[in-house]
Amino acid sequence: MGTLTEEIFSRKLGREVKAGEIVWVELDRIMSHDTMSWLAIEAMRKVSNELGIEAKPKFPERIVIPFDHILPPANIDQAKMQRNIMNFIKEHKLPHFFQEGVCHQIMIEKGFVQPGNIIIGSDSHTCSYGALGAFGTGMGSTDVGIAYATGRTWFRVPESILINVTGEFQEGVYAKDLILKIIATLGVDGATYKSLEFRGDAITRMSIPERITLCNMAIECGAKAGLIEADEKTVEYLQGRTTENVDINNNGIIKANNGNYEQTFNFNISELEPQIACPHDLDNLKPINEVEGLELHQVFIGTCTNGRYEDLEIAANILRGKRVNRFTRTIVIPASTEVFQKANESGFIKIFQDAGCIVCNPGCGPCIGRHQGTMASGEVALTTMNRNFKGRMGSPEAEIYLGSPAVCAASAIEGKITDPRKRREE
Amino acid sequence: MAKAWKFQNNINTDQIIPGRYYPRENVEELGEFCLCELHPKFAKEKQKGDIIVGGSNFGCGSSREYAPIALKYSGVKCIIAKSFARIFYRNCINLGFPILVCKECYDEITEGDDIDVNLESGEIKNNTSGKKYNAQPLPEFVLKIVDAGGMINYLKEQANSENTNEV
Repeated sequence: MGTLTEEIFSRKLGREVKAGEIVWVELDRIMSHDTMSWLAIEAMRKVSNELGIEAKPKFPERIVIPFDHILPPANIDQAKMQRNIMNFIKEHKLPHFFQEGVCHQIMIEKGFVQPGNIIIGSDSHTCSYGALGAFGTGMGSTDVGIAYATGRTWFRVPESILINVTGEFQEGVYAKDLILKIIATLGVDGATYKSLEFRGDAITRMSIPERITLCNMAIECGAKAGLIEADEKTVEYLQGRTTENVDINNNGIIKANNGNYEQTFNFNISELEPQIACPHDLDNLKPINEVEGLELHQVFIGTCTNGRYEDLEIAANILRGKRVNRFTRTIVIPASTEVFQKANESGFIKIFQDAGCIVCNPGCGPCIGRHQGTMASGEVALTTMNRNFKGRMGSPEAEIYLGSPAVCAASAIEGKITDPRKRREE
Repeated sequence: MAKAWKFQNNINTDQIIPGRYYPRENVEELGEFCLCELHPKFAKEKQKGDIIVGGSNFGCGSSREYAPIALKYSGVKCIIAKSFARIFYRNCINLGFPILVCKECYDEITEGDDIDVNLESGEIKNNTSGKKYNAQPLPEFVLKIVDAGGMINYLKEQANSENTNEV
C-alpha cells in the first residue's frame, strides 16, 4: 500500500517502503551530460581511491552519457573537457554515448527509461522520466560519481503531492500551459523534497510527449520527481525502443495503491487559457491577454520541455506559409536527431526555414545562455524553455518569458507576444 | 569579524554561477564569479570567512555542483537561509560545505552586520545587534555525512567500520 513513489521504491527493494525512510538503491541507469561528467569522473576516482576499489564504473552498461549542453563545443575549455570525457568513455568501453540531442530526450526515446526504474542524472530535469512511470531525479556530480563507482545511491523516500487533472484543453491550450499553472499555484518551492504525482482523466488522455512536458518541470516547484502511472500508452511508446531488460508488460507496471498524500490539488483544464511565465521566476505567471503585444527580440522553440516532434508539429502548422518578424531572431532546435529527421520528413524543417527561422542541431541550444542565441542586455525572449531565471540566456539585463510552442510560433510571426487562438481566426 | 551579505528568496543556481562561466579546467577560479551578476559588490568586496544570509528556497534550479563549488571557492564560510532547494542542499552536504537553516536570521540580520557562527553547535551571534540564534539541527543521517566531512569521507568511514553493507 502506498503512493506511486512508495510503490516504486517498495518494488525495487522487495519490501514495503514508506515516505521519510532513508534507503540505498541499486540504480537502473545513471545519466550524465557534457558539462557535469568530468566532475563525476573525478568524484568516482576519489571515492574509489578512498574505498580501496579499482577506479572504474561498476556497471558500464547502466551509464548513459549524452553530450547536449554545449554541442558542439563553443570554446577551447569546453572542447578539452568533452575530449577528456570521450577518452574516459573509450577507456572504460562505455556503450551508451551520444551526440545527438538533449539528454532527457535521448534517455527516453532510446529506451533507457522504463516503468518502475530508479534513475539519477546530473541534471535537474531528470524528473522528466516520471512520464514513463520511472522515478528519475537530478543530483550533483559527487552523487553521480559515487553511483558510477558503486552503482548505488541513497534516497530519502519523498512524501507525495497528488495533482488531479480533469477536463479537456480548449484549442490552443497545451500541457505546457497546465504545468506553468500548476507551478505558479504550488509556488516555486511548493513541492520541495516531494514527489508530484499527476493523475486524472486528463492525464490518461495525454500522449507521452505531453506527459514528458509535465514531469520535466516538476523541479520548478522544487519537487524531487514528477510521476505518472505507466499505462498502455507507455507500453506502446516503448515498443521497438528497448532491446535490453524489457519488462514492460507485466512486472514493470507499478500503480499507486491507496497511498497517503500530503496534499491534493485539483485542476480542471477546460477553462485554462494560454499562460505566460514572466521574468524572473515561474510564479510570475499571467494569462496571455495581460502580456499580449510585448515586443520580442528572440523566440526559441525547443529544449527537453518542448522540443519533440509533436511540439514542432504545432509550431509548423502555425508557421506554414508565413514569415517570422525579421527583427525577431527565431531559433528552432529539435530535441534529438530522431525528432529532427522525423520533422524533416514531414516537411516541418522546410516550413521553419522558409519562415525565416534559424534551425540548429539537436541539443540544449541557448537554454543555458552559452551559444546558439545568447542574449544581449535589453533583449526580450519568449521561449518554450522551463526556466526564466535572470541571466539564464545571457545578459542579466535580458528578459525571458515562457510559453507553449503555439504561443511562441504565433508570436514569432508578429514579433510580439500573440495569442495563438487569435491568429487562427484570421 | 565576519560580514553578512544579504540575498533574497529563490536565489537560483544561474545566479550563483551563470552557465557561461563554466565548465573550466580550474574550478577554483569560479569563486571569483560567484554571484557576480546578481551582487557585483559582493563579488568585488567579499572577504574570506564572510557569511551569506539568504531567504527561502536558496539554490533552486539546476543540479550543477559548480554552484556550491563556486561558493566554496568564493571564501564564504557558510550560508544561513530560511530554506534550501533540494539538489543544492544535497550537493553542499556532499561537499562538506556548511549550510544552516534559520528563519529569524533572514528577517533580522542586515547586510554588513558582524556575525559569528559556530558550525558545530549551530549557534549564530549577531555582534552588531547583540542577538543570538540557533540554527535548526540537521537530520540525523545528514549530520553523519557532515560530521565525516562530506559524502566520500562518509563512505570511507562506513567501509572502514564493520557496517559495510551501505556501500
